Amino acid sequence: MDALQGVSLEVARGELTAIMGPSGSGKSTLMHILAALDRPTSGYVTIAGTRLGKLGDTEITKLRRQHIGFVFQFFNLLPMLTAEENILLPLSIGGRKPDKAEFEDLLEKVGLADRRKHRPSELSGGQQQRVAIARALVTKPTVVFADEPTGNLDSKTGGEVLELLHQAVDAYGQTLVMVTHETRAAAIADRVLFLADGRIVRDLGQVGEDEIIETVRAVAPH
Amino acid sequence: MIRVSLRGLAGRKLRAALTAIAIVLGVAMVSGTYVLTDSIDKAFGSIFTDVRKGSNAVITGRAAFTLSDQNGATAPSFDESLLKRVLALPGVAAAEPSVNGQAQLIGKDGKAIVYGGAPNLGFSIANGDSRFNPLSLVDGAWPGTGEVVIDQSTAKKEGLKIGQLIGVQAEGPADELRISGIVRFGSVATIGGATLAGFDLPTAQHLFERPGKLDEIAVAAKPSVSDPELVRRIRSILPPRTQVRSSAAQAAEDASGTNAFISFLQRFLLAFAGIALFVGSFVIANSLSITIAQRTRELATMRTLGASRRQVLTSIVVEALVVGSLASVVGLFAGLGLAKLLFRLFDAVGFTLPNSGLLFETRTIVVALLVGILVTLAASLRPAIRATRVPPIAAVREGATLPESRFARFRTPGSIALTGIGFAALMYGLFRHGIGTTQVLVSMGVGALLIFLGVALFSARAARPLAALVNPIAAWGVVVLAALFWPFFTLPFWLLRLGAWGPGGARRRVLAIAVGAVLNPGLALIVLVMWLRSLATSWAPEWPIDFPNVLPDRTANAIGAHNTKRNPQRTASTAAALMIGLALVTLVAVLASGITATFESAVNDIFTSDYAITAQNNFSPIPVSAGNAAAKAPGVETIASVRAGEARIFGTTEPVTAVDPQIGQVLTLDWKDGSQAVLGGLGRNGAFVDDGYASDHHLRVGSPIPVLTPLGKRLGLVVKGIFKPPSGGSPFGHVTFSSATFDGNYAAPENLFTFIQMRGDVTDANTRALDNALARFPNAKAQTRKQFVDAQISGLKSILNILYVLLALSIVVSLFGIVNTLVLTVFERTRELGMLRAIGMTRRQVRRMIRHESVITALIGGALGIALGIVLGGLLVARIDFIEFSVPTFQLVVFAVATVVVGIVAAVFPARRAARLRVLEALQYE
Repeated sequence: MDALQGVSLEVARGELTAIMGPSGSGKSTLMHILAALDRPTSGYVTIAGTRLGKLGDTEITKLRRQHIGFVFQFFNLLPMLTAEENILLPLSIGGRKPDKAEFEDLLEKVGLADRRKHRPSELSGGQQQRVAIARALVTKPTVVFADEPTGNLDSKTGGEVLELLHQAVDAYGQTLVMVTHETRAAAIADRVLFLADGRIVRDLGQVGEDEIIETVRAVAPH
Repeated sequence: MIRVSLRGLAGRKLRAALTAIAIVLGVAMVSGTYVLTDSIDKAFGSIFTDVRKGSNAVITGRAAFTLSDQNGATAPSFDESLLKRVLALPGVAAAEPSVNGQAQLIGKDGKAIVYGGAPNLGFSIANGDSRFNPLSLVDGAWPGTGEVVIDQSTAKKEGLKIGQLIGVQAEGPADELRISGIVRFGSVATIGGATLAGFDLPTAQHLFERPGKLDEIAVAAKPSVSDPELVRRIRSILPPRTQVRSSAAQAAEDASGTNAFISFLQRFLLAFAGIALFVGSFVIANSLSITIAQRTRELATMRTLGASRRQVLTSIVVEALVVGSLASVVGLFAGLGLAKLLFRLFDAVGFTLPNSGLLFETRTIVVALLVGILVTLAASLRPAIRATRVPPIAAVREGATLPESRFARFRTPGSIALTGIGFAALMYGLFRHGIGTTQVLVSMGVGALLIFLGVALFSARAARPLAALVNPIAAWGVVVLAALFWPFFTLPFWLLRLGAWGPGGARRRVLAIAVGAVLNPGLALIVLVMWLRSLATSWAPEWPIDFPNVLPDRTANAIGAHNTKRNPQRTASTAAALMIGLALVTLVAVLASGITATFESAVNDIFTSDYAITAQNNFSPIPVSAGNAAAKAPGVETIASVRAGEARIFGTTEPVTAVDPQIGQVLTLDWKDGSQAVLGGLGRNGAFVDDGYASDHHLRVGSPIPVLTPLGKRLGLVVKGIFKPPSGGSPFGHVTFSSATFDGNYAAPENLFTFIQMRGDVTDANTRALDNALARFPNAKAQTRKQFVDAQISGLKSILNILYVLLALSIVVSLFGIVNTLVLTVFERTRELGMLRAIGMTRRQVRRMIRHESVITALIGGALGIALGIVLGGLLVARIDFIEFSVPTFQLVVFAVATVVVGIVAAVFPARRAARLRVLEALQYE
């Protein structure tokens, strides 16, 4: 069986899209394909006008560098770098220099201005995830993919992180795609997709948490 | 439990194999050494018994005292009239007289045929059907008057044919002889690099200038007479200065020199095997610690399931035992290949060893396996004990790490203490007077071992600052090397791939392939294989790839540099393995540089004339007639020779020399008592001695020196002068007297050196004049002072090259240590690598990141090793009087570059693995 079947989807600029679904529904596979981490057996993905289909590894890597940001469930920071260095990593990998004012602004926004010289081991989980979010935003990518961004956080810090993601979309007009199984997380989205058995079964606009819970129940396999 | 650990091992094949390589190489060296020395021993043994085949007793000349086999000393010959009296003895069936010595064959180019330092044997031979003849005729006929037979391998190498004339030179000038036949010696395929020349007796007597004299008589007994009886009968008629031994005793006597050499060679090579194994034990201990750290969770789970500490310990030890046993078996057989390589190596530096097939003794198998397994077990103990300290609770903790060792806090003081004790032991061995050689070597060896362990432990502390220190060197070293390799490696690889898979028209692609193949044809082959593979399988090569540049990638380098500091203990023990090899290489270079510098200054101090004549191999004695011939060259102002021999003085056998009266005009000595005038006025009984010998024997000017020569003549010499030899050595023995006295009291006098002062000093015309004068003495060569120094040092260079190659083995072992650590680190950091790739790191950047980590690790080892090597070398030099301290700058730069290369090479495989990781799988790796 294919993980995804007949999925057709367009993500609008400046929108926060949440992808929901029970485990095995194909939501992670969808995100991996959208984010150019995996290739579909058939079909195609276009990011910022570039068709990913036949690109080689170096070209895909450079496309990710320029157009895609990632926020992972387990933060995935480099333990020997400071918060600041971790945030700047995607820029320095690409051999680019940050705009000083913009960078200070970003640090302020994610609330890490006084923590910039700390290493991940000296930061709380919420702070680490904020470093990761800043790292995803620093290149001003076309789209940021977040994979269960609150999955490894307690509910309070999880809420703060969601607030931050929401802000990024509102304040910067950042396009964001988030895979989550938390209804609370999906509630901040402009659009919520529901996957089951590799198909998109519901495509809702901005909806409240209650409706999301209902939909989850409705699409869950019986 | 054991089954679980074996299953686990099977699941970590790559890691286990990488660990095993360290042991394979060390064990191969052990088994290779035994195979090599056993084979040489057998070959030599058969040579010495073959020579004596068919005889029951051998009569030879006897020196008045036991000669040392050095200093060109030879036993006297005896009168051939003895032969008739031996034949007349009852019980003697046959007797064969012979004359032998060194005889040079002269090649078509007019130069002596010499293979390294191997002997050029000349001898008279019995007729073909004689029972005494150890040779067999391959082609042609046995020699008659004015004829010679030569050995098969020389004939083949030099393209010599039967019927040709060949120059042969023994004691006198060269004679032209006709090659009557090609011979082979017994069962031995090659008899080292030795050349053989056989003559009939009168020809040999003429060539060796021993008319009417013999060197040996081989005697065969009638069946009714026992060997001891035969010896007794012969002894009763022996004249003075001759002796008789049974053939077996004579063979043992002949072999004693080579036996000493073989056992030295065996110990020498085993020492290097020991070093490689010592380095290997570091690699194993390190790999096991890393693997265990990575398996913390697994081990903890075993504990929660009820495994005891002892069971954990057993499981790790069993794992080590299995790896060690398999590696030892592989190493044992690899030793056969290594023995062949060693034969080649010695051959390449002009030191051909005899070989009659490789010998694989039971002892080799037992020792090699035992050593390999024991070293692995010993190296596994510390990690195994640490593994037992993993608490069961670690099973449920995210990112649990191995608990710190109980002794961690004693690490720094302990390492300093260890280093201190090591240096103390080393100093004791070096500077304590009056202890035996074995004691000196043992305390030095133990000292060096402790120093290495101490510094290795301490370097965990120093790894971070050292990493920061060598970081720029690593970055720029790689840039420089990459720039050098760019046109021949990086660029053609890119071009070939462009041609094979790139875009563009046929013309452009063919051009790319053509240019790439011209720049590096080897790569063209590799790309062809890649191309075939991409056709035949689903595998696809990476393309497009960026145009190759050599500029450093700052981010990749920065992360790589950070990675070396993450686990300093791991970096340090990886580097320590390399440190050992480099410390020893540096030590050797420092000693060699000291010897060379001191020798050079000694030659420049003493040798104040224009030319020197020596043998082609720089150390053999040459006939006096060569010096006499050179004296006739036009332009010679002064010529004086130095003869060498041995004598019995004050109860010991000492090297002595003798000089011509004009020697004072070509050599200048530093006199403590007396002056240059002493050299010209030695007369019949004058002598001069060096100041060390003078003070040892309380000699002053006017003191008598009673001398006994090998011929049994007694000389009453009187000290006329005492000189101070330069620390780099002098051309003289302890006691030197006049050549006239020497010639009258020694058999077959020969020169060691001849020194010449020419009109107009060194000119091309003068060189030509001397070469012409020496044309009939192909084994003699005239050299300027500079050539003389270089030639004398060339022997040292050969030895150095052997040492470097042997030490390279331990460096290869440590290279695998770096590979091992990197591969394990890549496993450990898989998810991190996935993240880096996801946020935009290219494969090339990943490779560079790993490479930088590797080069920094290597350079830490290199820096520590070179520093330690200089310190150890300095200590040795301080101990040895005849060496001055001198830093071999050029060699050290070469070693530093080699270190960077080791780092680059070690990174190739792990970097490829890291770059090939699939981003998605890596991100989900646990």
